[in-house]
Amino acid sequence: MSTTVQLPRWIDVGALPLLNLLLALVVSGLVVLAIGENPAEVVEILLYGAFGYEEAWGYTLYYTTNFIFTGLAFAVAFHCGLFNIGAEGQAYVGGLGVTIAALYLDFLPFPIMLIVSMLAAMIFGAAWAYIPAYLQARRGSHVVITTIMFNFIASSLMVYLLVNVFRPQGSMSPESEQIADHLRLPFIHDMAASFGIEMASSPLNLSFVYAIAASILIWMFIWHTRWGYAIRTVGANAVAATYAGLEPGRYIIIAMMISGVLSSFMALNEVMGVQHRLLIDFTAGYGFVGIAVALMGRNHPFGIFLAALLFGMLYQGGAELSFEIPTISNDMVVVIQGLVILFTGAMEHMFRPRVTKIYTAWRLRRDAQEAA
Amino acid sequence: MSDTMHQMHGTGETGAVQPAIELRGIDKRFGAVHANKEIDLKVEKGTIHGIVGENGAGKSTLMSILYGFYQADGGTIHVDGKLCDIKGSEDAIAVGIGMVHQHFMLVETFSVLENVILGVEGGAVLRDGVDRAREELERLEREYSLDIDPDAIVGDLSVGLQQRVEILKALYRGAEILILDEPTGVLTPQEADHLFRILETLKEQGKTVVLITHKLREIMAATDNVSVMRQGAMVAHRKTAETNPEELSEIMVGRKVLLHLEKGEANPAATVLKVDNLCVDNEQGVRKVKNVTFNVRAGEIVGIAGVSGNGQSELLEALGGIRSASEGSVELNGQDVTPGKGVDAAELRRRGVAHVPEDRHRMAMVTAFSAKEAAILGYEDDPAYQKGGLLDWQAISDATAKMMSEFDVRPDNPDLKAANFSGGNQQKLVLAREIMRDPELLLVGQPTRGVDIGAIEFIHKRIVAMRDTGKAVLLVSVELDEIMSLADRILVMCDGAIIGEVPAAQATERVLGLMMAGVDPSEAKAAEGQA
Repeated sequence: MSTTVQLPRWIDVGALPLLNLLLALVVSGLVVLAIGENPAEVVEILLYGAFGYEEAWGYTLYYTTNFIFTGLAFAVAFHCGLFNIGAEGQAYVGGLGVTIAALYLDFLPFPIMLIVSMLAAMIFGAAWAYIPAYLQARRGSHVVITTIMFNFIASSLMVYLLVNVFRPQGSMSPESEQIADHLRLPFIHDMAASFGIEMASSPLNLSFVYAIAASILIWMFIWHTRWGYAIRTVGANAVAATYAGLEPGRYIIIAMMISGVLSSFMALNEVMGVQHRLLIDFTAGYGFVGIAVALMGRNHPFGIFLAALLFGMLYQGGAELSFEIPTISNDMVVVIQGLVILFTGAMEHMFRPRVTKIYTAWRLRRDAQEAA
Repeated sequence: MSDTMHQMHGTGETGAVQPAIELRGIDKRFGAVHANKEIDLKVEKGTIHGIVGENGAGKSTLMSILYGFYQADGGTIHVDGKLCDIKGSEDAIAVGIGMVHQHFMLVETFSVLENVILGVEGGAVLRDGVDRAREELERLEREYSLDIDPDAIVGDLSVGLQQRVEILKALYRGAEILILDEPTGVLTPQEADHLFRILETLKEQGKTVVLITHKLREIMAATDNVSVMRQGAMVAHRKTAETNPEELSEIMVGRKVLLHLEKGEANPAATVLKVDNLCVDNEQGVRKVKNVTFNVRAGEIVGIAGVSGNGQSELLEALGGIRSASEGSVELNGQDVTPGKGVDAAELRRRGVAHVPEDRHRMAMVTAFSAKEAAILGYEDDPAYQKGGLLDWQAISDATAKMMSEFDVRPDNPDLKAANFSGGNQQKLVLAREIMRDPELLLVGQPTRGVDIGAIEFIHKRIVAMRDTGKAVLLVSVELDEIMSLADRILVMCDGAIIGEVPAAQATERVLGLMMAGVDPSEAKAAEGQA
């Protein structure tokens, strides 16, 4: 029995997340007050640091790129009813693929390298996601457990490879050689310069364009193809999927591999775009934050873009903040980010019943007035 | 109708005996839905009182208010003439109201005795309570001839016996008023008769029984008084002896309803479905369908009767390609389609098998989807729904609108979430999706479960119309009335095997009931002869 009125979209995907975000900021403000700083000033620095000048924009969007990829990765699996928390490991191994391609196929010309590096990332990321997917689909091992474990395995594997295989002779740091200059993803400011547009230098690179393209493609895939339909059917009701002749295991594997591919694109941004070498722990938790990004963005590419922008802002503005106000340490910034994740991700449904109730009451009164 | 409303009300007030239950002006809203509108109801002490109404008429809400699950927005509840404030089931039990739910609330691994004392163990040491309970239980069983072993494990008991455990539980808690919510849905006709005898005994001992059902036959057989609900309102009270099923169904639906389906003779042609020695195992490896052999011809409806859980579900799912066959074979128009070896639900659909599964919510649709998304389930790869490699939502929306108008699905909005349709309308949408593909063979399970009387009539007509256009129909239903009125031939399943076949013209409830209970068909017919 439907007991309440369905919320309109603008409340569901607009007002509710904003309300949660506001609450997160209020609580953050209290924490800032508690350590004796002025919340208003903190917000001002945060916003200025993220959007106040041209270079800040570049950094914010560079972080956003990572969050779009990992957010999309989580969302695709989530539509199939899977909680893939292995984006971290999948991106890490994807980075291995990119590095191998760039270091050992460095004779390739740049345009071909663009495609080859992307394929390498995709193959490695998808392969790393395939194993937990297979175990879930055919053996019933829960994907949450296996993907966590595969993060650890990826981490250990990469440490081994970086120390024993990729570390150049004589180097003390566990990182690979530099990727040849001509194979790197171009920075946006360089690309703009070639068109005669002056832009401040920032790590923002071509992969941001990939991220936007991926968002659009994933939107089309999930809602406008029969495979996306099949994935959503499996996610919403696996029994109904079997009834319809859609074998759930097959779509679980497909969804997880797409998820792995999207995760691995994060490595394109970091390895090919910014660091230009394979670094230890270059994934830096982006894979995990992607979960919050996807949940906050309601697993919809547009929502994910907005949520990714928010987290990009928090990362960039937060870095500026700990620089400007020394009492607000980096840990403090992590606390603020944590609160945003807590209120927008984990406690997403806190206001929902109340808002629904208020909206229902308002609708009923309006309907009654209209009837009268 | 207002004159009849007060027909019974006029009598009780002056009498010395207070009614067991009196509801005055009970009102309840869920958001926009007005579930109970100013309900007045009087249940006389020591009677069996039936409450009938279509799904969504508000029967369950009313009883939930009486039992304390919901609080009424307005109105009062009087038990034995005293005003009661029932805030939870504890309060209801305290004033002597017991409830037997449609879905049993039993711990299957516990014994009957342990189940009965659950929650009223009487002290920290179990032993004393158990001994006291055993005596009390034996007294109750004798008194009401419930005939049940207190030490039996509940999971080993048949459904009918489990229901008696529920009744015992209520009686053990001192219930004077017993509410039964759709109690016969899972029983054989014989078990249902036994239940009614128990209710009769309870009545003789001075207990009051409220029976909620949508089966008019049961109302006529078991009750003294009957109240009819429609769209949240109490629309009529009758003495059972002074009414008849036709009148009651008319009051329930608000218009005249054909209770007996008019259909012509079947003209069976070539065999469409040939099932040979089919065996199906469930997930635990237990054999649920045992060496079943039968066929269905074009232009006939074959019904499979049986008590729920005797392998019909597994048989239907296997024929629909959802379960694999362990042994045996299935042929469709002469071609092998034995489920499992490369033949899945999608393959069967391509070959013209449509399947309306028994469990609408679990299997037939995704309630989180919009109606148009639900309307292409299983047919999402149909070229008519594709445009340039993408799904053509405009075409899908148009197709859904067509299904909705043809099958009278309300509201006719393809974008509304499937969960927001009533059960009957969801079922009509599923039927529309499957029947409008014009399949060779229609597999249909419980086509009218949870569907209103008015819609039942419509659904039955559509199924017969399919038969008349020369299609084969296999019908599985636990409703004997439905099987008997729809099917041309009736197969009876018991414990996974087909125990016999009866031409619909010769089928009686008694013979089918005995066969459902596992009695050999020839003996069943002999028993019929003696009776």
